This record gives sequence, structure tokens and C-alpha cells, in this order.
Amino acid sequence: MTPPAGPSAGLPATGSRERILARIRAAVAAAPEPPVRRAYRTGARMPRETLIELFAERVRDYRAIVHTVPGAEVPGTVAAALARRGVRRLVVPAHLPEAWLERTGGSVERLADDPPLPAAELDRADGVISGCAVAIAETGTIVLDAGPGQGRRALTLVPDYHLCLVRAEQIVPRVPEAIARLDPRRPLTWISGPSATSDIELNRIEGVHGPRTLEVVIITD
Amino acid sequence: MGGSGTSPARGRVVDLGMPEFPRGAARAVADSQLRFNLRKATHTIRGKRANVVAELPDWLELRAAGKAIKDHTLRNLDRYLIRLERAVTEAGGHVHWAADAAEANRIVTDLVKATGETSVVKVKSMATQEIGLNEALAEAGITAYETDLAELIVQLGDDRPSHILVPAIHRNRAEIREIFLDHMGEWGRPAPEGLTDEPRALAEAARLHLRERFLSTKVAISGANFMVAETGTLVVLESEGNGRMCLTLPETLISVVGIEKVVPTWRDLEVFLQLLPRSSTGERMNPYTSTWTGVTPGDGPREFHLVLLDNGRTDVLADEVGRQALRCIRCSACLNVCPVYERAGGHAYGSVYPGPIGAILTPQLRGMASPLDASLPYASSLCGACYDVCPVAIDIPTVLVHLRARAPHPPAERTLLRAASWVLARASRLAGVQRLASRLRRLIPRRAPGPLAAWTDTRDVPPVPKEPFRDWWDRTEGGAE
Repeated sequence: MTPPAGPSAGLPATGSRERILARIRAAVAAAPEPPVRRAYRTGARMPRETLIELFAERVRDYRAIVHTVPGAEVPGTVAAALARRGVRRLVVPAHLPEAWLERTGGSVERLADDPPLPAAELDRADGVISGCAVAIAETGTIVLDAGPGQGRRALTLVPDYHLCLVRAEQIVPRVPEAIARLDPRRPLTWISGPSATSDIELNRIEGVHGPRTLEVVIITD
Repeated sequence: MGGSGTSPARGRVVDLGMPEFPRGAARAVADSQLRFNLRKATHTIRGKRANVVAELPDWLELRAAGKAIKDHTLRNLDRYLIRLERAVTEAGGHVHWAADAAEANRIVTDLVKATGETSVVKVKSMATQEIGLNEALAEAGITAYETDLAELIVQLGDDRPSHILVPAIHRNRAEIREIFLDHMGEWGRPAPEGLTDEPRALAEAARLHLRERFLSTKVAISGANFMVAETGTLVVLESEGNGRMCLTLPETLISVVGIEKVVPTWRDLEVFLQLLPRSSTGERMNPYTSTWTGVTPGDGPREFHLVLLDNGRTDVLADEVGRQALRCIRCSACLNVCPVYERAGGHAYGSVYPGPIGAILTPQLRGMASPLDASLPYASSLCGACYDVCPVAIDIPTVLVHLRARAPHPPAERTLLRAASWVLARASRLAGVQRLASRLRRLIPRRAPGPLAAWTDTRDVPPVPKEPFRDWWDRTEGGAE
């Protein structure tokens, strides 16, 4: 990799750095040290059925399409979803469980990200299928961490349709439980419904730059 | 670089050369379309916020924790910034320190120039608006393309943002359609022919206009909602996906972030990722949140620069009452409940930070030398609605009163208050003045003279009784006669 470009190349400590730090120290020297109390709810537990139900309801609130099916029905559900959407060119991240696509047949061309697909190629794809790292029931959120079956971030961003599969054991009740499970060193994308904007007269409109259609399959076992 | 003549003293938040608040507000109040847009928007969003906040039984505990984490961080800000710098550097990023707007603009401009590119995509960032980065880049021949829908509306309309979360809140759909038709072609792909004012069609036009730009631009500039000192992780919350595009597709990413945005640990996000979306857009969660730590080989930008911005923040930190403004997480809940903002709109505040938080942040960042900045602490009825909704419990009314005391006061007012202070210091002096006033009561005018006349435009001077109450009480033994 090239060395850092720009004015501070090779200068780890600039004059401004030292002056800002000195000004901070002078400013807070006499300030009290407040204790941090965490009296809010953490470590919530819920039965699996409740988690699945709540997650499905909350994702639906964002006007995403949601299916709740046992593992045996996943291939059929995926094939039907892709057919309904008319997906012909599908981006498939590495290490996606092969079984998920076993019923899609020959009408769907699979685009592997090896070598990496150029952005324009991703833009021409009809959709992307992925797994996830964690899901949050209370907020209807899916978190991707670029792990197996998810791929790098651009794969689930540029195509206009995202089909995401969530296993029941990946669902946690609330935000604190998700934070505890996630690794901050990985690039994370938290997704709560399709891309949206409320910039025009505060009307929520699904779909600006991210995938405009989000379809979620929850696998119950 | 490194200190040639730059002083971290008073920050330079872009001064829009605006008249003082009452005059700016009067213009907005006279615009009935603007008032209608503002009222509809603020009422819609405050209702949504109230619903999703009521869903959480532990909202007050989250709020208390958010406040405490921010206070703790500010108390130890030097330590956490150093830790952040180390973590970002270890993860492959580069950290720069900017004492003021000019230095930050110079650092970013040089970084972009070093890539050889002449255009950048931007995801909405208050910090870069505060320092006037787009203008600085333009002077260096670099075009900055705003990608947030509302920022795009503002940029195409050669306008100013008027709300933190919904910068084009002052525009309705018909106005937006006009702006798209008239100006998209000047910046890139023109608006589709036959564009309607249907919000969905307007969003589609923005998608088409920006898509090619996202796929081809090599440099992106962002801000950040949070920076985690422990891990070096940056966090951006957004709705549209333009943030993900900017943070993921370009080869170089430059993030300009105020030093107060740091939080100590990854775990602290469990508090703020609950507080911010519910306070801001009134959603359980915003559509997209991106977090990244330095650079990740094979995924996203290959080069990452973090520019840490002071620009007056250390001045705010030095004020023991005013420093709580640095807890602000830019949710804009205080704007949406403020009776003054609802009528005056964002432009009257003459700063990128409008509303109640702007009224305490701008005068502290910029100082109160200009008439506008000195008038901002008075842009409030002190009703306290802003304090109630603030997710980090910033006591805005108290800071407003504190700043009013620090603001420059006209000589007549100072003289009067000095006189009042002398009179009220002793009961005997007060009694003497009251007797004198009673004797001269026929000479007291109905309208106050000189600079006090404005006060009597809408009020009568209270009538002075024939004798002071205390004298009457003594003479009649409490009315017993």
C-alpha cells in the first residue's frame, strides 16, 4: 500500500494535535468525574417462538416481505421468491449454503464474487441472496458482518433486490444482546427494512439508493 | 502544516452573514407556505417520536446512561482521543488533527488532491457544513456532490439547510420538482422528462441522477455519528443507502468528525443505537447503520483518513455550564418540539445548527461578537420542551439563561440593571425610591422612552399607587382601620 498521502504524511504528532489535547486538559481539569450507571435492560431472554414472531412482525412494519418456514421448505421458498421477482442474474456470496439454492434450477444465472465483480456488473444483477450474522427482534434489524454467505458489503448494496435468510438461533431480543454478539473489527451493516427516505414532506418512501425490495426468510429450525 | 498561524481558539463555524434572529424570524413568519410546511413536518415527526419512545419501558434509564457516558467521555476526552487515534491507526487508517475550519479544509483538500481526483461524493455531515468544506473544495477545483436526498435538493436549489435531519423541510413536493427539472442537468444526469411531484417519482429521479456517480467516484467524504475509542470503529446512521454507497464503493474515504463524537467502548453503542433513531426519525431503527474499523482488505475503501475537528469545541468544553451542549448526538428532537423553531424555521438561526441546540451551540462555537450570535440565546421562550425530549438530557433552558448573562448588553440596559441592583440591595433604598415614585406619579409617561419603547409597544407601564404598599400597611395596621 502507498504511504498516507497528504500534508501530515510521516508526521504522527502535529502541532495541532498537542494543542488540542492541551486545551482539553485545561478545560476539564476542575470538572467532576460522573459515574456511569447502566440501569437499562440488558441480557433479555425470550422463547424462540416469541423471538421469531416479534422479529417477523417488526420487519413487516418496515414494509419488507417476510416468510417464516422450517428448514425443509427453504429451497422451495427461495426458488418461488426468485421466480416471483423475475430474477435471472443472482449475486451469490461465497459459502452460502448450497441447499438454499438447490431448487432454483437453470433459469437463474449465479454470479460469484470471484474474481470480485465490478460495481457496474453488480448494478446489472437482478438481485442478491445472503445469510446474516445477527438479527434483532425488537427493532426488526438484520446485521451483516461480511462473513460466510454474506460477502463484501457492496454485494448486498448495489443490486435492487435483497433476499436475506435468517436462522432462528441468530435472532436476539434487543440491541444490547446484538452488540454483545458482534465483532466490531468486521465491517458491519445493520439493515432495518428497505432503503427509505422521508425527505419529501416527511412521507416515508421505500427505495432510494439501497435495495428497494427486501425479502426475508426466517428459518424456524 | 502543524500550526503555521492556526490557533485552536474561537472556532469558525461558517457565518452566513445573516441579520440577528428576530429579523430573520420575522421574514420566515411572514411566509405562510414555509409555516405550513414546518408545522406539518414538525408535528408529524414529534408524534412518531413519542410513540416509539413510549414503547421502551427503560427510556429514562437509557437517557441517564447516555448522558453519563457522554459526560464521562468529555471529562476524559484527551485520553479517549489518544486511544481512538491508536486503534484507528492499528486498523490501517490515518488520523489527522484540525484545530479549526481552515486547517480541516486544508487537510481534506490536500488529501483529495493527492488522489488526483477532481470530484468527491459526500454523505450528509454537519461537521463539513460547519467548516464550509464544499466551498473550500470548489476553490481548489474539486466538485463535491451531495448524495443525501434532502442535501441534493438544497445543493441543486443553491439553498441552505434548515433542519438537522430534514434539511429541505422548508420545501414542498412542487418546489422540489421544479428544482429537479431546472437544475439536475447542470450537475449531471437531468431529471426524467414528465417528472411528476409524486414523492416516489422524485426519489426515483434522485436515484437515477446519482447512481452513475456512486459507481464511478473514487473519493468519498463523510462525517460520523459515533467513534469508538476502544476499537477505532466509526458509525454512520442513515436511511437512503447513499451513506453505504459512499462508505463502501470509493477507493478513498475521508471522514471529518468533531472531537466530541467519541464514545469509550463498543458496548456504549447499545445505548446510543437505541436513543438516536427513536429520537431522530421516530423509528425503532433507521434503515441502515454502517460501522467500519480502519480498512478491510477486499471490502470497501483501501485508504481511510479520519480528520478530528476542534473548531471551537475546546472553548465550549471550558465552560462548565455550557459544555453539556457537547453531549449532543444531533438527533433534532429539540427542533421538532420547539414553538420558536416551528414558526421561525431553520434559516433564521443563521448557522448549520438551527433550533434550540443551535441557539446554545452556535454562540459558544462562534462566540457572541456578531449581532446574530448575541441574539441566539434569546431565540427561546424557555418553555423547556427541548430539555424534556433530549435523549442525552441537555438542559438547554439553563444554558440559554447562562449565555444571556454572557451576551453583550446595550449601555441603557446595563445602566438600568446596575441602578436596580443598587436600589434592591437595601430595603431602605427601595422604600425611598417607591415614595419618590408615588410623589412623581403624574410625571411618569404611559410609554417608556428611548430604547425601552419596544417594551411598551405591547404593554402598559404599570400605574404607580398614591402611596407604597408598605407605607399603607404601617399606616393602617394591615388594613385594620
